[in-house]
Amino acid sequence: MAHSAVPVTARWPDALAGVLVLVLTLGTLGAVAWRAEWGDGLDPADWSAIGFTVMQALLSAFFSVMLAIPVARALARRQFWGRQLLITLLGAPFLLPVIVAVLGLLAIFGRAGLLNTGLAWLGIAPISIFGLHGVVLAHVFFNMPLAVRFILQGWLSIPAERFRLAASLNVPIWRVLELPMLRAVVPSTFLVIFLLCLTSFAVALTMGGGPRATTVELAIYQAVRFDFDLGRAALLACIQFVLCVLGAVLAWRVTGNDPIGTGLDRVVRRWDLARPGVDYGVIILAAIFLLLPLAMIVLRGLPEFFNMPAAIWAAAFRSVLVALGSALLCVLMALALALRGEMMVSIVGVMPLAASGLVVGTGAFLLVFPFIRPADVALLVTMLVNATLALPFALRALAPAVEQIKQDYGRLALSLDIAKGSWVRLVILPRVRRPLGFAAGLAAALSMGDLGVIALFAGQSEETLPLAMYRLMGAYRMDSAAGAALLLVALSFTLFWICDRWGRADADM
Amino acid sequence: MLTCENLILRQGSFSLRADIAFDPGKAIALIGPSGAGKSTLLAAIAGFLSPVSGRLLWRDADLTDAAPGARPVSMLFQDNNLFPHLSAAQNVGLGLRPDLRLSAPDKASVATALADVGLDGFGDRKPNALSGGQQSRVALARVLVADRPVVLLDEPFAALGPALKDEMLDLVQSKLVAAGKTVIMVTHDPADARRIADMAALVTDGQVSAPVATDVLFNDPPPALKAYLG
Repeated sequence: MAHSAVPVTARWPDALAGVLVLVLTLGTLGAVAWRAEWGDGLDPADWSAIGFTVMQALLSAFFSVMLAIPVARALARRQFWGRQLLITLLGAPFLLPVIVAVLGLLAIFGRAGLLNTGLAWLGIAPISIFGLHGVVLAHVFFNMPLAVRFILQGWLSIPAERFRLAASLNVPIWRVLELPMLRAVVPSTFLVIFLLCLTSFAVALTMGGGPRATTVELAIYQAVRFDFDLGRAALLACIQFVLCVLGAVLAWRVTGNDPIGTGLDRVVRRWDLARPGVDYGVIILAAIFLLLPLAMIVLRGLPEFFNMPAAIWAAAFRSVLVALGSALLCVLMALALALRGEMMVSIVGVMPLAASGLVVGTGAFLLVFPFIRPADVALLVTMLVNATLALPFALRALAPAVEQIKQDYGRLALSLDIAKGSWVRLVILPRVRRPLGFAAGLAAALSMGDLGVIALFAGQSEETLPLAMYRLMGAYRMDSAAGAALLLVALSFTLFWICDRWGRADADM
Repeated sequence: MLTCENLILRQGSFSLRADIAFDPGKAIALIGPSGAGKSTLLAAIAGFLSPVSGRLLWRDADLTDAAPGARPVSMLFQDNNLFPHLSAAQNVGLGLRPDLRLSAPDKASVATALADVGLDGFGDRKPNALSGGQQSRVALARVLVADRPVVLLDEPFAALGPALKDEMLDLVQSKLVAAGKTVIMVTHDPADARRIADMAALVTDGQVSAPVATDVLFNDPPPALKAYLG
């Protein structure tokens, strides 16, 4: 038996992390399955929720990818001032709180938004954003940038020599190089976005609703909050879980890509670049579509910023606490699992991907409900669930770094007789600082903007900033909501920035 | 005396037989073509590779199942001998206290060891602020403070230029061999072996031959060595 390449002693931290993830995924799922009231099966409303969930996800993925292709193409072909900044901004929606983006979209496409104001001025009847097209629009807003990054990566992975060869042979680049690349990249991109849209709750909550535009997640929420029909909520959660697993299996089979990868700053030299106008037009349109809603938040939010009700600041304080706790927990779990190595990472680390916030939340609700008032543990549960849901992303950043350290210094540490505690303190922590900071920032920002579990649990006195903002919007206090949105987005990005910055500081490797 | 008693090592489809004793206080070179198993043998002595059968003995103690850190052995690898985020003094200190909780006397020993290898006053520098030769010296200083009776060198100086490499070998000679350590070094260069090794053992065809006086081995090479030297 060969000696392990790393010091091995205490195992309880990684066991604890594993158990926590399992309880929050399989445990809550068990609770959901156990409490589900199958009765006479699914009623028409359930079927229509399933149908709507799948339909909106398909449409969202379709439009995201279709719109992303010309943008990625333009970005791959053109070099211009601000290109790198734009590509970085394309990563921002990942950290952007959903509710903030929704408010920004409403400021443009909503009843009193820019678009309808313009239409009214032209004498055209206003359009309503709520319903299927609103949900799809919001999903496209979030996922088109992600699709652009995926597809741009595909474009930039075509070796420069091929372009040179194609140019010298005078063969059509589109058919010979680009179409085959798209054929490889587009299906996986489509499926990843499809999966993300299957579990999206906050968008459906704000843009959907009504019998014809209710997703399964939204139906779960309504069953818990409005009907207090826990059996039905559990049943719906089971359905959602099955949907997610199917989607995840599909997506997992065809992907290996990293949605937050870097190295997109290259421009391929090529020889078929007539008509730059089209490319720049596409880029400008995409930038407007992505930036205008955010600009509206800033514009509307700034005047309100210092007039917001005190409750908003209290909610912001709670949100920051939850986000910090969630980030700390997430990073500790990720570190423990990464130290444990391959098997733990791959099994436990991907389980949350198939779980959705609302399913886990419903399970947690069922577990605690017999014992305590759910509102009392709203923040704690939110923190735990957020940490777990962010775990796959944290692991993605941390696990390869830890693995590399083990490979490079495992034997040296063994021969020096460095014990596990010292190994973590003296070697691992200083050397994973960068991915650690990034992962913590990601977890904090994701938790900060989360509007999922908290909506199931919280009463008035436990509301987080996104929930408070949602309630302001529900009361049509759009100006206050814009102020809260500005605060929320500022806090999310600041938390990410501080953590990421901490990781980069003093990193003399 | 460090003894490999009917040791059989296996890595994938590769296997190596070693039945060999290393005299204490001597420098022994393991020479042979790459892939012959020189590093495999060192890995087994260091405890990174458990033998399929046979025993590894130090004096009268059986080391076969001892953990790497519990063996009377220090090792220098081909690369990654220093932690880049720790200072030279901290890297050396690890040889004394693996948890780096160094007392004042510990720190004094570290400073002495650094001075011994010609790096007086370099303790606060991180490896990336040191030249390749200086980095090797830091690693040697750590071997000095660890003060274990057996030192394994898995070509740690291979990336250095010829003059620097000779300098390091001389340092090994004067600080380690002269201090009575058993030094086992892997090399594929006869000049390295001649420079500091009293004895040399040929590793070829999955077999470790008995060590012979270095001069004798190279002056009258057996056919396998002749084929390797060309």
